[in-house]
Amino acid sequence: MSSSVFQNQSSHRISTHGVGSVLRSIFAYRISCVGFVIILMLVIMAVFAPSIAPQDPNVQDLYHVLEGPSRRHLLGTDDVGRDLLSRVIYGARVSLLVGLISTAFSAIIGVFVGLIAGYKGGITDMIIMRITDTFMCIPGLILLLVMAAALGPGIHNIIIAITLLGWTGFARIVRGQVLIIRELPYIEAAHAAGASGFRIMFKHLLPNAMAPVIIAVSMTIGGSIMLESAAAFLGLGVQPPTPSWGEALRIGYSYLEIVPLFSIAPGLMITLAVLAFNFLGDGLRDALDPRLRGEGKKVE
Amino acid sequence: MSIKPKNSLLQVNNLKKYYPVYTGMFLKKKIGDVRAVDGISFEILNGETLGLVGESGCGKTTCGRSILQLDPPTSGSVIFQGKDITQLRKQELRAIRKKIQVIFQDPFGSLNPRMTARNIIGELLIIHGMTDNKTEYHEQTDHLFMSVGLDPAMADRYPHEFSGGQRQRIGIARALSVKPELIVCDEPVSALDVSIQAQIINLLQDLQERFQLTYLFIAHDLAVVRHLSDRVAVMYLGNIVEIADRAELYINPLHPYTKALFSAVPIPDPEIERTREHLLIFGEVGSPFHPPAGCKFHPRCPFAKSVCREEPPFPGKTIDDNHWVACHLIQ
Amino acid sequence: MIDRTMTPLLEVRNLQTHFFTDQGIIRAVNGISYDLHEGETLGIVGESGCGKSISAFSILRLIPNPPGKIVNGEVIFEGTDLLQLSDREMCAVRGNKIAMIFQEPMTSLNPVLTIGHQVMEPMVLHQKIGKKQAIQESIQLLSKVQLSEPEARMNSFPHQLSGGMRQRVMIAMGMSCKPKLIIADEPTTALDVTIQAQLLELMKGLTRDIGTALILITHNLGIVARYADRVLVMYAGRIVEKATAKKLYSSPSHPYTIGLLASVPRLDQDLKKSLSPIEGQPPDLLNLPKGCAFHPRCRYRIPKCFTQSPELEQISDNHEKACWVDVH
Repeated sequence: MSSSVFQNQSSHRISTHGVGSVLRSIFAYRISCVGFVIILMLVIMAVFAPSIAPQDPNVQDLYHVLEGPSRRHLLGTDDVGRDLLSRVIYGARVSLLVGLISTAFSAIIGVFVGLIAGYKGGITDMIIMRITDTFMCIPGLILLLVMAAALGPGIHNIIIAITLLGWTGFARIVRGQVLIIRELPYIEAAHAAGASGFRIMFKHLLPNAMAPVIIAVSMTIGGSIMLESAAAFLGLGVQPPTPSWGEALRIGYSYLEIVPLFSIAPGLMITLAVLAFNFLGDGLRDALDPRLRGEGKKVE
Repeated sequence: MSIKPKNSLLQVNNLKKYYPVYTGMFLKKKIGDVRAVDGISFEILNGETLGLVGESGCGKTTCGRSILQLDPPTSGSVIFQGKDITQLRKQELRAIRKKIQVIFQDPFGSLNPRMTARNIIGELLIIHGMTDNKTEYHEQTDHLFMSVGLDPAMADRYPHEFSGGQRQRIGIARALSVKPELIVCDEPVSALDVSIQAQIINLLQDLQERFQLTYLFIAHDLAVVRHLSDRVAVMYLGNIVEIADRAELYINPLHPYTKALFSAVPIPDPEIERTREHLLIFGEVGSPFHPPAGCKFHPRCPFAKSVCREEPPFPGKTIDDNHWVACHLIQ
Repeated sequence: MIDRTMTPLLEVRNLQTHFFTDQGIIRAVNGISYDLHEGETLGIVGESGCGKSISAFSILRLIPNPPGKIVNGEVIFEGTDLLQLSDREMCAVRGNKIAMIFQEPMTSLNPVLTIGHQVMEPMVLHQKIGKKQAIQESIQLLSKVQLSEPEARMNSFPHQLSGGMRQRVMIAMGMSCKPKLIIADEPTTALDVTIQAQLLELMKGLTRDIGTALILITHNLGIVARYADRVLVMYAGRIVEKATAKKLYSSPSHPYTIGLLASVPRLDQDLKKSLSPIEGQPPDLLNLPKGCAFHPRCRYRIPKCFTQSPELEQISDNHEKACWVDVH
C-alpha cells in the first residue's frame, strides 16, 4: 500500500517532458531560481554590452589611470585609463562564450561516447572507459599551459583545452545511466520489437539518461568559466585588448593596494557567475532527481 | 517428447540456457554454469495456449526469453513454422520479431516513460514499416487503443498517467500491433490487483478468439494458468516435469511436485479449503548452480527412492496421448 | 474457541491516517473500527491502496511523519490507548507485546548484522536476560521455526539465506518475546507457493501454541479463507464488509466483496466459467468520488450511492456491511 502511494508521488516528480517542465522545475526551487535570475542578467549583460556599457571598453585615457570610483568612471579606471565598469560588462562575453561553447562540445562528445560505451558494453566499453580515465588524469592547468605553449594563447585554444577536460565527466555520467537503464524491461521490449541499435540508443536510452546530463551541463558551465578565468589570469586566455575578467584580475592584482576595485570587481563577477551556475545545477538536481535531495530520507 | 499433435506452430527441442560463472580478478576462470534451463522440449499448436508454470528460479522466464531470442540459447533448437530461429541473421530475426511478440510482467517498467502511449504502441509499426503516413498511423494506433479497451482520447498521454491495468493494456496493444502469430506472455497479470487481473485475463481470452492468437503463457499462479491454458507444462529447476491437458493435469496430477503445487494454492472458500487434503513439501528449491543429482526434486520429495537420487528421470513416461511426466515412481 | 464476551485485546475506534502531500491529502485510512480478541486471527483483505497496510502500521504508530499523520481515533490495546503513549512507552510495546512481520524479508533484516544478533536483540532489549541465555533461547526459537542447522545460522548474514529462510527468521524474531499480537503484513507475497504454504502453517501453529492474536494482511483471498477467523474487506480507506470467514465466503454481501470473489480464478471451479471482473479502475486516493467510493465501479448502484457514503451496518450475527443496496 505504502509503496504504491509513494511510487505515484515520485513518478509525478520525475515526469519531466520537454523544456516547459524543466523550466517549471527550476522555479519550484528557490535556489535554482536565484541562479537562473543571475544567469539571465549575465546573459543580458553580455548580449547588450554595447548599449549597457557607459563607455568604449578599449579607449585608453592615460591622464586618468588607476583611479578610484568617480562620477565619470563608476568603478574607476585600469592601468591604461580604460573604464573598469565597461570592461567588466564586456568581460561577461568572453566568460559566457567560453563556458557555453566548451560545455556544449563537452556534452555532445561525452554523451555520445558514454552512450556507445554503455550500450555496447564488453571490450568496447573497456577501451572507451580506459581512454576516459586517461583524460581524467590530465591536470587542468598543466594542459592549459601546454596547449598555450604548443598552439599559442587565444580563445579557440582555451575552448579546445576545456572541452578536452570536460567531456569525460559527461561520458561517465551517461555510461552509468545507460548501464542502469539498459536492464529495464522497456529496453527489453524495444529489442523484442526488433528495434535497431541506433533506435534503442537514441530513442530509448538517451532521453531517459538526460536528467543528470542537464544537471551536469549547468555545473560544467560554472567550472569552465572558472578554468577560463584561471587561464586568463596566467595570461593564456584571450589576448588584449579584448576585455576579460581573468585578464583584469591578473593586472589588477599588481595594483591591489592602490585600487582594490580593479581586482575585486572582476573577481566578484567570476564568483557570481560560477555560483549562479552551481545554484541552478543544485536546484535542477533537486527537481530532476529526488533521490539525491538533501532531505531525501523523509518519504515524500 | 511423445506428444505429437498436428499443426505445430513452435517446437522447442532440448533447449538449454547456461550462464557461465567466473572467478578470479584478472585471470578469469570458469568454475561452472548456472543451469537456468537444462534441456526442455515441448510443442505449441496453432491457436492454443500453452501454460508454463513453476516457482521463481525454475527457468520459465529464461525459457521465454530464449524462444524470443532475447537471450540466445546455449544449445537446442527453437523451430518456428518449420524454421530454426536460433541461427538467424539480424535481418531474418527482425522479420521473426513481427511474428513472435511478447507481453511483459511489469506494467511500470516495460513502457518507456519518455514516450507517449501512442508512440509506444506505434513503435513496432514504424520499425517494421507498416504505416505510411501520419494520418494512417493515428488511425492504426487509435484502433489498437480501442481493441484493448482504452479510450483513444488518452493516446497522447505518458505512461505515468495510466493505472497499472491500463498500462498492461498498452503493453498488450503494442504486442498486437504487428498482428503476431505467437505471443509470449511473461507473467502478464501477476503484478496486478485481483479485480484488474480478471479484466486483463478476459481481454487476453477475447483477443485470442478475435485474432486467432497462440499464447505461451508463463506464470506462477496455477489458478490463472488453469483458467487460460489448453495444455500446461510444469517446470522445476530448469526441467519440465509434467505436461498434460489442463483438465487432465488438474484432475490427475502425477508428479509429486505438481501435486504439492496444487495443494499449496489456497482455495478462496473456507469450507473446502479447511477440509481438503494438503500435501506439504519441505525444504527450499535447490540451486541451479549445483542442482541435486538424479531427479532434481528428490531432496524435497516425500516419496523419493534410491533410484531418484541416482538417475535423472528422463526421457520420462507418456501416460496417454495428452499426459507426459518425468518421475521414476510413475509406472 | 474465542470468547467474544470478554473485553477485546485490541479495539480500534474510528482510526484515520492521512498523508499530506504536495498534490493534496490522501485519506489512506478513513475512519475504521474493529475489535480483536485474544488468540483470534483477523484477516484484512483489499487491493493495493485500500489502506490495509497503513491501518496496521498505524496501530504501531509506524507512519512516516511527515507526510503521514494519524489524525483521529483510538487504538486501545489491553486497556490503554496506544495513540496517547509517549514515544518511550511505545517502544516498550513494539516487538514486545505487539510484533510485526513485514512483506519484504530482504530489506527488513539489517544486512550487516548476523542472524543471531538480530534474533537476540528484542529479547535482550525487552526481557533483560543475559547473553548466554539469549543465545540459547534464540537457537531454540530458530529450530522452532524449522530453520535448518539453527546453531550455524546464528552466525550467518541475511544475504546467505533464501527469501523463505529470511522470513522464518522474521517470524522467530516476532515470536521471541511471546507477544500478545502479531501483525503480519503480506508475509508471504514475495515467496513461492510451496514456501508460502510452509510458512503459513508454521505461523498458524506457533500462534495457536502461545495463544497469540494475529492480524493477517493480504490481497490473497485464498489465504484468508484458510487461516482467518474473521475478515475485514477494505476499499479506499474504509471497511466495506466485516464478517466471519465462513459467512463472508458463503454469503458475501457488499458488491465489492462479491466482485472480488468472482474475479479470482479458482482451482476447483468449472473450467468453462469465465471470470467476471470488477470494471473500471482502482480509486484515485487524491480524488475520491463523492458518496460511496465504490459507486463508479458498482453494478448495483442507486442514486443515493452518488451522494451519501454508507456506514457499516449489522445485517446478521457477526456480519456487517457498508452499502445502501441489498444485494443477493
